[in-house]
Amino acid sequence: MTSIAARNLTKRFGDVAAVSELSFEVRPGEVVGLLGANGAGKTTTMRMLLGLLEPTTGEVLIGGQSPRRIDRHVMGYVPQGLGLYRDLTVAENLSFAAAAFGVPVPSLAEANLGEVADHEVGDLSLGLRRRLSFLVARCHQPSVLILDEPTSGVGPLGRARLWETIHETADDGASVLVSTHYMEEAEECHRVVLMAAGRAVASGSVSDVIGGARSVAVSGEVSGSALACISEAGGTVLMAGDGWRVVGLDVGAVGEIVDGRARVEEVPASFEEAFVALSR
Amino acid sequence: MTWGVEGVSVSYGSTHALDDVTLDLEPGRIAVVVGGDGAGKTTLCRTIVGLEDVGAGEVRRPERTCFQPETSGVWGDLSVLENLQFVAGGYRLRIDHSRSRIEELLEVTELNDARDRLGRQLSGGMRQKLGVAMAVLSEPDLLILDEPTTGLDPVSRVELWSFINRSAREDRAVLVSTTYVDEAARGDSVLALDEGKVLASGSVADTVAAMSGRLFETGERRGELSWHRGESWRVWSPDGSDVPGAREISPDLADVVTVAALAGEDR
Repeated sequence: MTSIAARNLTKRFGDVAAVSELSFEVRPGEVVGLLGANGAGKTTTMRMLLGLLEPTTGEVLIGGQSPRRIDRHVMGYVPQGLGLYRDLTVAENLSFAAAAFGVPVPSLAEANLGEVADHEVGDLSLGLRRRLSFLVARCHQPSVLILDEPTSGVGPLGRARLWETIHETADDGASVLVSTHYMEEAEECHRVVLMAAGRAVASGSVSDVIGGARSVAVSGEVSGSALACISEAGGTVLMAGDGWRVVGLDVGAVGEIVDGRARVEEVPASFEEAFVALSR
Repeated sequence: MTWGVEGVSVSYGSTHALDDVTLDLEPGRIAVVVGGDGAGKTTLCRTIVGLEDVGAGEVRRPERTCFQPETSGVWGDLSVLENLQFVAGGYRLRIDHSRSRIEELLEVTELNDARDRLGRQLSGGMRQKLGVAMAVLSEPDLLILDEPTTGLDPVSRVELWSFINRSAREDRAVLVSTTYVDEAARGDSVLALDEGKVLASGSVADTVAAMSGRLFETGERRGELSWHRGESWRVWSPDGSDVPGAREISPDLADVVTVAALAGEDR
């Protein structure tokens, strides 16, 4: 049972602070999501947790120890680039990883990879490569699993299946940290840390983050100039199905701007809307 | 079909990157192609532009077609203004015309204050907006944007979409590729791809109405035809029979695409 703790983590590259004063914790059995756009500091944070990058200030504790001192058996990591050897076959990649950790080679058949055991990884579809990368990262049964945008560019069914695997790993007692730029995946996490420009703008469960926030739903014909007026008045416009949502203005103010040409209604904010309101 | 592809197949060696794909592109309308990595989105864009050898089928495009690749096509060592001027020079636009067109585009994309900033100093959202501005500068009849919004923050996505909508209103056909299913509702039609095959196509409403079988929601996993979504599980009933103890729900596009992928696994 190994927890992850980040305490006041800051990482500067020259003048740029990629991560500032970031603190959070992942407990055994928990899936914590690190959410934010590209450039928000998600990968930099993960690399500090793994001990691949030294924080400028602050500290990382994995099971109470520095990640640079920790036994690597504890950690499992799926990088964005998947970290496989393209010129080796599926079976060779897996047996190399198992040998490096001194553990028995897991079954390829159980991961539905039996049929491609002798294929070179470079020839595989991305979906199969991702499945193999997961198997490789978990072959030594790590108690900490760090996944950098595992679902990026995966279709809806593939994403649902990946999340099922992530939950199984946490249910077995691992501490799991997952980064994503899909806001709707917040619902898959026990808790989330929302990052914008290197800082945590909010953290907690999805309902904690939303709190009592409200937004304004706008449906019907909305002109581009009405949307521009809403922005000028201090509102932020978001997409919602084939309509729009406005954050930061009340329903009366939005109604005045669209002036009867569209329907406006106050509604509970979605997670994405709460995130936008917080990072404004 | 004004422009687009009909029954097109493209192969790389033994891999079928596109398998019998048809897509209509009409002036003033936005078509959205949605799918994961490796679904064939980029190949489809490149095929329409004429960058791929087509094994079968027909491709039709206007002479004035512009393509923004996934990498945005912005030069990092040129300023925002220089990027636009360079493209204008490449199209040999008349100087007075290109000047006013560039000023208009800087205004619409809200890049005016950043006009002297280098391409590599722009945020992801600004870079993609500049990329689209460069692509519409020459006023093409067909605009093709490959994953312009991937990884952008929610506000930049809205700004980019409102710019894309505006571009379509100039009587231009637009094709946008994306991995975000929710963006499909922004277009007039959607084409969902998976490993080169068409999972669904048409308007979002038609696509949802055309889903085979029925969809249910429950609290726990129910075998291979169920999947986790949000806080509950979806269960697909291919033959339309009831799922005991589960509540029937109306599917959205993400459900329809998932069902089509499940049906494909069966084959």
